[in-house]
Amino acid sequence: MDATVTTQNVSGATVPVPMPMPASKVAARGVNVHYGAKHALKSVDIDIRENQVTAFIGPSGCGKSTFLRCINRMNDTIASCRVTGDLRLDGQDIYDRSVDVVQLRARVGMVFQKANPFPKSIFENVAYGPKIHGLATKRSEFEEIVEKSLRGAGLWEEVKDRLDDPGTGLSGGQQQRLCIARAIAVSPEVILMDEPCSALDPIATAHVEELIDGLKSDYTIVIVTHNMQQAARVSQRTAFFHLGTLVEEDDTAKIFTNPRDERTQGYITGRYG
Amino acid sequence: MNTIFLLCVLLVLSAVGYRMGKASAVGRQNGGTVRLHSLPSYYGYYVALWCGLPALLLVVLWTASSDWIVKSLVVSALPDEIRALPADKLSLVVTDIRNIAAGNIASAAATPAVQAAVDTYLNLAGMARSAMWLVGLAAAMFGLLLARSHVAPSMRARNRVEGIIGAVLIVCSVIAVLTTVGIVLSLVFEAARFFVAIPAADFLFGLTWSPQTAIRADQVGSSGAFGAVPLFTGTLLIATISMLVAVPVGLMSAVYMADYAPARVRSIAKPLLEILAGIPTVVYGFFGALTVAPFVREAGALAGLEVASQSGLAAGLVMGIMIIPFVSSLSDDVINAVPQSMRDASYGLGATRSETIKKVVLPAALPGIAASVILAFSRALGETMIVVMAAGLAANLTANPLNAVTTVTVHIAALLVGDQEFDSPKTLSAFALGLVLFAVTLALNILAMRIVRKYREQYE
Repeated sequence: MDATVTTQNVSGATVPVPMPMPASKVAARGVNVHYGAKHALKSVDIDIRENQVTAFIGPSGCGKSTFLRCINRMNDTIASCRVTGDLRLDGQDIYDRSVDVVQLRARVGMVFQKANPFPKSIFENVAYGPKIHGLATKRSEFEEIVEKSLRGAGLWEEVKDRLDDPGTGLSGGQQQRLCIARAIAVSPEVILMDEPCSALDPIATAHVEELIDGLKSDYTIVIVTHNMQQAARVSQRTAFFHLGTLVEEDDTAKIFTNPRDERTQGYITGRYG
Repeated sequence: MNTIFLLCVLLVLSAVGYRMGKASAVGRQNGGTVRLHSLPSYYGYYVALWCGLPALLLVVLWTASSDWIVKSLVVSALPDEIRALPADKLSLVVTDIRNIAAGNIASAAATPAVQAAVDTYLNLAGMARSAMWLVGLAAAMFGLLLARSHVAPSMRARNRVEGIIGAVLIVCSVIAVLTTVGIVLSLVFEAARFFVAIPAADFLFGLTWSPQTAIRADQVGSSGAFGAVPLFTGTLLIATISMLVAVPVGLMSAVYMADYAPARVRSIAKPLLEILAGIPTVVYGFFGALTVAPFVREAGALAGLEVASQSGLAAGLVMGIMIIPFVSSLSDDVINAVPQSMRDASYGLGATRSETIKKVVLPAALPGIAASVILAFSRALGETMIVVMAAGLAANLTANPLNAVTTVTVHIAALLVGDQEFDSPKTLSAFALGLVLFAVTLALNILAMRIVRKYREQYE
C-alpha cells in the first residue's frame, strides 16, 4: 500500500490522492484520529471491497473500533475527537463539508456491540429508520419494509405473531438480529458491525454469523471482532490493527495461514492481545 | 454555658477513655503472645462510648427534668395563701419568681414571700447545677472504669462497638420518624376538633371562606363561613399557572443541558440554574409583589384588561420561575440516565439530534419526567411565601387568573399569625387546611415515587 498522504493534518484538498480502485466501496488514505492529545489512529490506508465481509482484528485499544466509527462519522458525537486524512465512500469524501451526516448514515448502517433495541415495539424498532428518512408513508408500506427487514435478519418467523411486543423483551441473540433488521430497513450499502456477537451465547452467535454470510450479497460488511475464529469463519478480507496502526490487510485465508508481518503472526497465534 | 462546659469535659473524658481502653488492650497482648479479638482501637472506642454515652443521657435527662423539680419544690415552699390561688394566678407568681431570679422585670413588686421563694429558687437551681456536674462526672467515671475492667483479649470489642453504634443510629432515625408522626397526629387531632364545630362536608364543599367568627355574643357581621373550595381552587389555579411556566422551560433546559450543551457551557449553566433553587422564597416573594405583579397589571391595562394588583397570574408566574430548577434538575438526571447506546442506535440510523430526543430519549425518560413534574406540582401546592406576598388574601372563587385569588397555605399562615385562641373554629380551621394539604402532597409524592421505582426497573 502506497502512502501518498503523510500524517500531516490535511484534508484531501491540498494533497493529491490516488483514486480508489473501482471495486473498493470505502477507501482510506492517511486517516488519522486524535482523541484530545491521544493519537488513536495513525495514517491508515485501506480499501474495503464491495459485497465482501471485511474483518478488523487486533488487541483492545488498537483503534479498530475507532476506524469503524469513522466510516459513518459516529465519532462526530465525541467532542474531543478529530479525524484527518482522506476517507471516501464510492469516491466521495465522507468528511467533506457538503456531506450530510444524516444521508451518510442512511447509506452506512451500524450494529453495536451490545444489542440496543429502543424501548418500543418490535415493529416500531424496525420502522424507526424508514420513518425518519421518509422511506414510507402508508401503514402497508411500513409493514412491507418491516417484514422484508425481519426476514433479511432471519427473525421474521420468530416474531411475526408478536410485532407489537416490546423489542427489549426478546432474547439477547434475537435483540441483536432485531438491531440488524433495524439497520437494513433503511437499505444501506455498507453495514458496520462493532463486535456484534461479543455479548451472545454460541448458538446465537452461530445464527448471527450465518446471517452475516447471507447479507454480503446485498451489502458491504465491515465487522470488528475479538474472536479470530469468527473472523476466519465470516470474512473474506481481514485487517490487523495494532497500537493505532493498520499492520496488514489481505485475504483472510492468507492472514491466518501466512501473514507477512510478525506482529500479525504473534497475535493470531495468541502470543499477545 | 454551664452545660456546654460539662459536655466538653465529658468529651475530654471519653477521649481519655479511648486512650486507656486502647492502651489496656495493647498491654494485655503480653507482647504479642495473646491474640486480641479486635483491633486495639475498638477497645478504645468501647471504653469511650461507655464513658460518654450514659453520662450524656443522664445530663440530658437532668437538664430536662431539673427545672420542673425545682419549680415544684419552690411552689411547695410557698405560703399557703399563695398556693391556694387558682392555677393561672399561681403560674403568674411562678413566672414572676423566675423573672426576678433571672434579673428581668416582674409583673408586680416582690412581696416578702415571693422574695423568699426567689432565694429558694436561686439556691435550688444552683444545687441542681452542681448536682448535674456531680452526676455527669460520676456516671462518666463509673462507665469508664467499668468498661475498662471488661477489656480482655477475648472480649468481642468490635461487635459490641458496632452494636452500640447501631443502637445510636436507630435512636436517631426513631426521633425523626416519631417527630413526623407527632406532627401528623397533632394535625389530625386539631383538625378533628375543628370538624366537631364545623361539619366536614361544609368545609370541603362550601363555597364561601370567611373565617372571622364572633367573639362576643353582641358582635355583628362575623358569622364565620368555612367553605374551603375558594382556597382549593385558588391553590390549583396558581399551581397550574406555575407548572405551565416551569414544565416547558425546565424540560427544555434539561434537554439542552443533557444533549446539546457543550461540556463547558454545561459546567457553567447547570450550577447557575441550580442557584435559582437556592434563592429564598421570600426574595421571590418581593420580586413577585414589587416587580411582576405591577408589570402584569400594566400589561393587562395596555391590552384593555382589568387586572387585580395582586393577581393569581403574577403569583403563578413567579412560582413557576422558582420551580424551574426542580423540573430541570430532576429531568436532567433522568434524561442522562437514558443509556448512551439508545442515542447511538438512533444516530447510527441517521436520525438528527432533535429526532433522537423526540422519538427515543424523551419517550424512554417519560416516566421519570412525569415523576419530576408531580414532585414539582406538590412543591407548588405547598409553597407559601411567594403567594403570601404576591397573591394576597382575597378568597375569590374564580378561574380567571387576572383576579386576586388566594391559597390554602396563605390562609394557614394568616390564621396562625398573631394572638390566637385555640378554642375557636377560626384557628382550628388552619389545621384542617393543613391536613388536606398534607394528604394531597403525600399522595402526589407517593405517586411520583412509584413511577420512579417502576422506571428504574426498566434499565436494570
